Amino acid sequence: MTLSFNYETCSGCRACELVCSLQNFKIINPSKAMLRVTAQFPDPGRYDVKICNQCGDCAEACPTGAIHRVKGTWRIDMKKCDGCLACVSACPEDVMMVNDDGMPYKCINCRQCADVCPRDALSFN
Amino acid sequence: MLYGYAGHTLRIDLGNGTVEKEPLKQEWVDEFIGGRGFTAKILYDETPPGVDPLGSDNRVVIAMGPLSGLFLPAAGKTHFAAKSPATGGYGDSNMGGHFGVTMKYAGYDVTILTGRAIDPSYIFIDNDTVEIRPASHLWGKGSTEVEEILKTDLGREFQILTIGEAGERMVNFACISHDFGRQAGRTGIGAVLGSKNIKAIAVRGNKDIPVFDPKGLLKKGKATYAACREKPGFTGWTPEGTAGITNWCNDVGALPTRNFATSHCDYADKINGKAILDELKITDKGCFSCPIPCGKYGLAKTGKGSKYVEGPEYETLALVGSNCELSDIHGVAHVNWVCDELGLDTCSAGAVVAFALECYEKGLISKQEMGMEVKWGDLDSIVYLLEKIAKREGIGDVLADGVQKAAEKIGGDSAKFAIHVKGLEWTGYESRNAPGMMLGYMTADVGAHHSRCWVLGSDVANAVGGAADANVHDLISQGADFETIPKADHKHVVPLVLKSQHLRPAFDILGTCRLQYMEIGLETRYYEELYYHATGKKLDFNKDLLHLSEKIWHLNRMFNRREIPDFGRKYDYPPPRFYEEPIPSGPNKGHKVEFSVIEEMLDTYYKARGWDENGIPTKDTLEKFNLAVE
Repeated sequence: MTLSFNYETCSGCRACELVCSLQNFKIINPSKAMLRVTAQFPDPGRYDVKICNQCGDCAEACPTGAIHRVKGTWRIDMKKCDGCLACVSACPEDVMMVNDDGMPYKCINCRQCADVCPRDALSFN
Repeated sequence: MLYGYAGHTLRIDLGNGTVEKEPLKQEWVDEFIGGRGFTAKILYDETPPGVDPLGSDNRVVIAMGPLSGLFLPAAGKTHFAAKSPATGGYGDSNMGGHFGVTMKYAGYDVTILTGRAIDPSYIFIDNDTVEIRPASHLWGKGSTEVEEILKTDLGREFQILTIGEAGERMVNFACISHDFGRQAGRTGIGAVLGSKNIKAIAVRGNKDIPVFDPKGLLKKGKATYAACREKPGFTGWTPEGTAGITNWCNDVGALPTRNFATSHCDYADKINGKAILDELKITDKGCFSCPIPCGKYGLAKTGKGSKYVEGPEYETLALVGSNCELSDIHGVAHVNWVCDELGLDTCSAGAVVAFALECYEKGLISKQEMGMEVKWGDLDSIVYLLEKIAKREGIGDVLADGVQKAAEKIGGDSAKFAIHVKGLEWTGYESRNAPGMMLGYMTADVGAHHSRCWVLGSDVANAVGGAADANVHDLISQGADFETIPKADHKHVVPLVLKSQHLRPAFDILGTCRLQYMEIGLETRYYEELYYHATGKKLDFNKDLLHLSEKIWHLNRMFNRREIPDFGRKYDYPPPRFYEEPIPSGPNKGHKVEFSVIEEMLDTYYKARGWDENGIPTKDTLEKFNLAVE
């Protein structure tokens, strides 16, 4: 099961970013979310949401083997992570995030974004 | 800890270039909560009495509410206020989008601008870094063009507000633009920014907003989004948004047509919500955290080229469409784009153009003065007039001050069809058979704007034989005859007007959009619970919040009294067209409001408000609301 996005119904409200930061960090701060809404205006006039599709490129790039797969979700073992951020540059969707302490974090498939999305633009397939 | 707020006020003196960040005043929070409460309080306290609206001492106040930026539906409103160049009194306007929430994420609930920059400038805000930067490269450029330049230069994550050429030249109905199609349109605050030489504000913010109970807010926020989905309006109202009301307004005889000469047209199907979906729409474009996006972003194609534009919303369809007799949806959308680029409020712009077309038709403006032959419903004529206005060229310089002041210069009987209250042009609901709606327009603090009161539904329900608070949609389904509407009764409208005047602006205090409540029926208890999880404080919506909303009504009335030398009852009268000319066509044919009815409604309204017969709050009323103002 991976998260997928349908731009045709997205209206750019960013409820997904809000719930992500509140669910995972207990804070109100959409800039910390593990997905990112981008607006392409004025031309062509559409929204995109950059999401982790669990492609595993981060794990392939990780020199310490800190990123491993648990039931279809790539997760970071922070005990093994040395903060080199090779995963960040390897991520094709630019959604390997970096926290204030310089360490990476990523989507854990908590599904809250898809549950909340009022336009059903995010879903799990 | 101040939960729900970013916690700071940003003060920028553009004259000497100083920037001060201070803690948000507890007194403001305790007594006025946020948003419209803050703007009313600050404008009264800090604007020097008698200040020139376009002088350096006028303030521009930007305020958000305690719910702005949080996890709940449509928490994206930004409130602007200044002494209005259009009315000379209290002016405010709000917009959706993402600007205000980003100001909160940058750490600021309130921003107060004063002074005047020596050169064209823009304000750069990147969390704690605040700078006044040169903007000569942006001056003279259109709103969306400037937004694109700044986003390219600074980063796409910056949120931008701009003024257009109309703001630079201090047109009285210049707006503030944001997010490629959102505007704070009314009362000319774009002109006040222009008077301060401020072309734009760019902000990036990525701080936390502290909340009292994050887990509770998460749970309640999710429940509130889920509740929205269950409302019939979620799927019924959202597809067309505000434009969905066009045909209804036409059917009940409330669609402004030909400069409010009449209230019905035969081409509503061409300029309605369906036309937007069929002809223009590319995507829904919602504001921050909104589950019911009313914004429809599309492409307007006319002989003047293809233009991306958000809208038209209902007000634009009414004021630019039928009120100017423009019956082509692409044409209306093109004019919407022109207004956005020039930085003109589409409501006032449509009303001013229609006024000019009528003056021309009646020979009060000559062809030589006009500069070309202009016609109703002609796209070239409308665009020509808007460009003249924004550049303040020729007749445009006269019209740029709005219909009230333009009528004083044009003369003849033009004041009779200058459709405004207090100097602010009337919006999209013709009210000669809607006495409650008319009273709402007459008594609104900012002038003739529907944001303060909307009781058209109960007026019409009352007219066709339903109860005063009947749901018009129910009456339609029951077969009510809107073809020949009986005369609406004015006897019982005051309580409904008061209720609406307190209820609609209440959401402006919290910092949320009212449409979740108004259009799809989200219950107010959700806001009470969300407010508790956000701030840690109890709030009774009907008791506490509506009391504050009423208090603000008195405060702003006192601001108008202080700032407008002979302010009083005569400022509450509608234009003579509405009490002298019966509606010539449509379902309300033959109806007008008698002047004696207007006087009677004002008498009843003032008494209910605790104002004297000249419409000034009594000493007892001010004491009752703990307002130490004179």
